[in-house]
Amino acid sequence: MKLLNIALPKGRLGDKVYGMFAAAGFECPDILEENRKLVFENPALGLRYFWVKPSDVAVYVERGAADVGVAGKDILLEYTPDVYELLDLKVGKCRMAVASKHDFYDDQRRTLHVATKFTKIASDYYASLGRDIDIIHLNGSVEIAPILGLSDVIVDIVETGRTLQENHLEVRETVVPISARLIANKASYEFKREMIDRLREGLAKLVEEAEA
Amino acid sequence: MQSVMKYEERIVFALREQYRRYGYQQFKMRKFEEYDLYARNKDFLVSDNIITFTDLNGALMALKPDVTLSIVRSSRDGAGVQKVYYNENVYRVSGASKSFREIMQTGIECIGDVDDYCIAETLMLAVESLRTISPDCVLELSHLDIVSALVDALGTEGAARREILRCIGEKNLHELDALCAGCDGAALQRLKALVRTSGAPDAVLPALRELGCPSAAVAQLENLTRSLEAMGLGQYLRIDFSVVNDMNYYNGIVFKGFVSGVPSGVLSGGQYDKLMRKMRRSARAIGFAVYLDMLERLAGEGEAVDVDTVLLYDAGTPAAALLRAVQALSDGGQSVSAQRAVPEKLRFRRLCALVGDEVKDIETA
Repeated sequence: MKLLNIALPKGRLGDKVYGMFAAAGFECPDILEENRKLVFENPALGLRYFWVKPSDVAVYVERGAADVGVAGKDILLEYTPDVYELLDLKVGKCRMAVASKHDFYDDQRRTLHVATKFTKIASDYYASLGRDIDIIHLNGSVEIAPILGLSDVIVDIVETGRTLQENHLEVRETVVPISARLIANKASYEFKREMIDRLREGLAKLVEEAEA
Repeated sequence: MQSVMKYEERIVFALREQYRRYGYQQFKMRKFEEYDLYARNKDFLVSDNIITFTDLNGALMALKPDVTLSIVRSSRDGAGVQKVYYNENVYRVSGASKSFREIMQTGIECIGDVDDYCIAETLMLAVESLRTISPDCVLELSHLDIVSALVDALGTEGAARREILRCIGEKNLHELDALCAGCDGAALQRLKALVRTSGAPDAVLPALRELGCPSAAVAQLENLTRSLEAMGLGQYLRIDFSVVNDMNYYNGIVFKGFVSGVPSGVLSGGQYDKLMRKMRRSARAIGFAVYLDMLERLAGEGEAVDVDTVLLYDAGTPAAALLRAVQALSDGGQSVSAQRAVPEKLRFRRLCALVGDEVKDIETA
């Protein structure tokens, strides 16, 4: 039997998502052991799980190293991988938002300076508004940019808003809501369709129950 | 002969032979075209990044990112059907690598009075092309008339319609729900059912009738799949409406081919009458391309050795004796590399030395 390769994001979200996969009948008990292994197999069910960096899940799936995976919508929007997006798991919910200092006044006649990790999402968003912007790509600690005058606003993921608050920033607009999505490689879907459909149905049921 | 060809080259030879047998003639094109040709039809191209340069007379030229446009341009309206195949390198941004690559592409185009036979023949050649690459293959078929009828029923236009088509391509039902929140509920349910309906023709075709899809299109799909089943190719067919080529160029039947072991589609094609109209041709057209750059992964392990025999000699060995010895050793089709010392990292089967006129084997650890 061909193994179904599943890429999960390392960290809290990954643990939660694995719980859902297990509840949907795709369990792999080895994965719960505390160790530093990255690959876990359940030959009885034909499953192979592996943990990768959250932002890399889409790459593994697009290039077929994983048949399915779970990635945040932020990653999918930023890297636009050519994959099927089969289900919104409705976990890891947050939003992509524009934030600035409390006293920032947006003068429409000026170029807006935007600091972000997500340059494509930010460019697309402002292009849809027809606004001229200067993108500043940062790799982390984006919140500091407006404080130091590096940028006027930031485009970043906001979960609770606490980090913003502590840095005297506030959300101005929501760009797009974010949550974890089940994605599948397009070729794998053709050749492991039965298993992937069963996984999707099982997870969809769980999502529905959680919503109800 | 076989041994000097790379895996992809062997596939190309087999494919060309198949196309030739069905009366397709080779289309040979030049490396460059005027940039204008591509600029006017940017959306037709797989990626809109094109390598351009200025010719000596100041004209902006492009390294060809596509072959179909050139074939259409060279076509003349007239009686019969012009059938061509090509095997060309194209230059474009490739899949996941997001950088320019030279991609070997082969394919066929059928231009003229395209009828159901032409479509069936093209589909059959598409399946046969996939089978040449790997017996574990699938051809996904879609009909754009069906997709557009169900999308039209939602009454959306412009950017919203584009987003809906993107969702269909991603099998993304949850965002389809969000996008169509204000649309007719029944129409949305039908569209979602269409996206969910995929699989073997026997299972899908009855479901399409129940969904109230345009009956002419469903009948055409049925005829085509029956024709291919009659050729013993039914097991390779799937109907899947997530194949949505750009509707500004394509119409009717569109398809995509996959082989096990390659992570993305290796074959893509469809009817492109709308492109023909844009290029002021009245003929109809259908064709497909096979992306050979994807196939490297299937080639498996390369040769275990670089040369069969390494023949060592020293400074005093006469060239004539050495030439004779190399010729004798290579007579059976073996490769022989004459060397003063064994090169680092060179992998070989046999190591020997020329002593006088005699070849003596050397034991290797």
